[in-house]
Amino acid sequence: MHASTRRTYLSGLILAAALLVVGFLLPAWLLFTVTKAIGYGLVALGIITLMRGGLVSFGQGLVYCIGAYAAGLLATRIGVTEAPLLLLVGMVASGLVGLLVGPLIARYRGIFFAMLTVALSMVLYGILVKMNAIGGSDGFTLPEPTFFGWQPDVGTSDLALYVTAVIVACAAATACRLYYDSMAGMMALAVRENELRVEYLGSSVFNVTVRNFAIAAALGGLGGSLNAMALGHIDPLFSFWTTSGEFVFISVLAGHLSVGAVFVSALILELVRSFSNRYFPETWQMIIGIFLIATIIFLPGGVGSLFQRVLKRGPAAGRGESAENEGRAAP
Amino acid sequence: MTSDTVILEARDLQKRFGAVVAAQDINVKVASGEKLSLIGANGAGKTTFMNMVTGYLKPDSGAILLEGGDVTKLNPRQITQRGVCRSFQIPQLYEPMTALENVMVAIGASGRRFSFFQPADLNETVEQARAMLKRFALDPYAHRPVSELPGGVRKLLDIAMALVRNPKILLLDEPTSGVSVDEKFPLMETVMEALAAEAVTVIFVEHDMDIVTRYSDRVLAFYQGQVIADDDPSEVLSDPAVQKYVTGTAGPATAPAGAEKEAEA
Ligand SMILES: Nc1ncnc2c1ncn2[C@@H]1O[C@H](COP(=O)(O)OP(=O)(O)O)[C@@H](O)[C@H]1O
Ligand SMILES: [Mg+2]
Repeated sequence: MHASTRRTYLSGLILAAALLVVGFLLPAWLLFTVTKAIGYGLVALGIITLMRGGLVSFGQGLVYCIGAYAAGLLATRIGVTEAPLLLLVGMVASGLVGLLVGPLIARYRGIFFAMLTVALSMVLYGILVKMNAIGGSDGFTLPEPTFFGWQPDVGTSDLALYVTAVIVACAAATACRLYYDSMAGMMALAVRENELRVEYLGSSVFNVTVRNFAIAAALGGLGGSLNAMALGHIDPLFSFWTTSGEFVFISVLAGHLSVGAVFVSALILELVRSFSNRYFPETWQMIIGIFLIATIIFLPGGVGSLFQRVLKRGPAAGRGESAENEGRAAP
Repeated sequence: MTSDTVILEARDLQKRFGAVVAAQDINVKVASGEKLSLIGANGAGKTTFMNMVTGYLKPDSGAILLEGGDVTKLNPRQITQRGVCRSFQIPQLYEPMTALENVMVAIGASGRRFSFFQPADLNETVEQARAMLKRFALDPYAHRPVSELPGGVRKLLDIAMALVRNPKILLLDEPTSGVSVDEKFPLMETVMEALAAEAVTVIFVEHDMDIVTRYSDRVLAFYQGQVIADDDPSEVLSDPAVQKYVTGTAGPATAPAGAEKEAEA
């Protein structure tokens, strides 16, 4: 195995182990917050995958919601409560939607691409609100998940879901890191820099875009099904544009350099939200806004660029990922 | 080097941009292994010709045949996959990446499949990229972001990336433009040395007539979208129409004012 591949697997394993240990020390409310943040982080991981190919989706609520509803319907209609299975179904359902939608919008760029994704998510929102058979605008409640036949009691179910979330997140982050560092991942960076040249070297920009969109969709579905279980209740707001906006916020705060940063950013968002709700009601959007402005001005590469500075990766590992250029138009 | 096999043929190509005639009645046969240069003032239609051959622009009418097969409707990617590669008048590079990474992307793009879980910087890829840089004497720049590199180096890198696929036909759009006069010959020498081992057919746009004479078997002279001369370098350069409209060497009595300046620009 290549040295960098081994390092990626090892980092994933060590991080998973550390987070699992931490889980047994955290209070229940924090466990819930972290689990929910992991769900958000998974969706944002999809967005940074797209960002590496030069695109941003402002409508990831679409796949987040599809993942949640797929898991929710499977649990309530068919009675499947196995958490790993619900996660898998949420991921596959959204991934398939991504594969279907991707080719239709892959030729659009910039604001057109972003607005098309918003439009699609709002169409889904509109449909779900009208579908009274599955709860309409109220949504519906999910049964408690089981884990390989084991039904945890009320005290341990948060921990069980946290453990599941950590394993899923570390696996997803590891897979993404391997993809980013692969030739396929490098091709996505090349697409972002110069589409014309990618085609003139004989590679397909369209394929790269569809692939990234499908990966982002699958990750969105994974996050959606996880949060459906964490919250125990889903409704059409999962597909609302403000939800998508939060995913974009997390992604911009994280930057696309590090796969771990999305989870840190998601946790920052969740913590700011719960603390300001408790101590300074109605101010959390303002605090989040200030965070975002500070990030764009002082840390254009996102939280992930801090990690990179600390870890100091080798010269070949940079792969054209300059943090400095982010967010600024080329001359 | 040159054989009798026709590798590329342009038949009756026409292309207009509104009132501008960018290509008119272009009929060209290129023999395999030939070194063909395109000359002509700015706006004469040289780049348009390359854009049509590589599928970036569709001719209004006419056909392009590659090894006898019609490729007129193919896009640049499909043309590239058939072994026609090009460099650009303005180098098309991945700016934040290093020179080495730029070539690695070219290598990746030329592979049929690539693994998602194998790192891009596998030893064999890096070695292949380094070897290509070395052929163009670019190894000192391997780890520099290309946005920081001087014009001539960027030109060479642009060509090196086009060569990764071992193309049958290599189109070079003004390889020596934007480079100081005394750097032009060494640059062209580097390019031709890098190509020496290949039986590649080269079509290049050039404004310096000394380079044209030295490095091409045959010259096409363009004027207002038409090919006004097509022959050996010495024949073309002594053609009165070429001297009048392209090289501006016909003497002060016949040369249009500023023609020389235009041709050099
Ligand atoms: N995409 C385009 N749209 C409009 N006009 C174009 C386009 N490409 C080329 N032209 C025009 O066609 C003519 C030939 O251009 P070009 O082939 O670039 O000339 P050259 O490469 O010989 O300098 C010029 O008048 C140019 O302005
Ligand atoms: Mg030109």
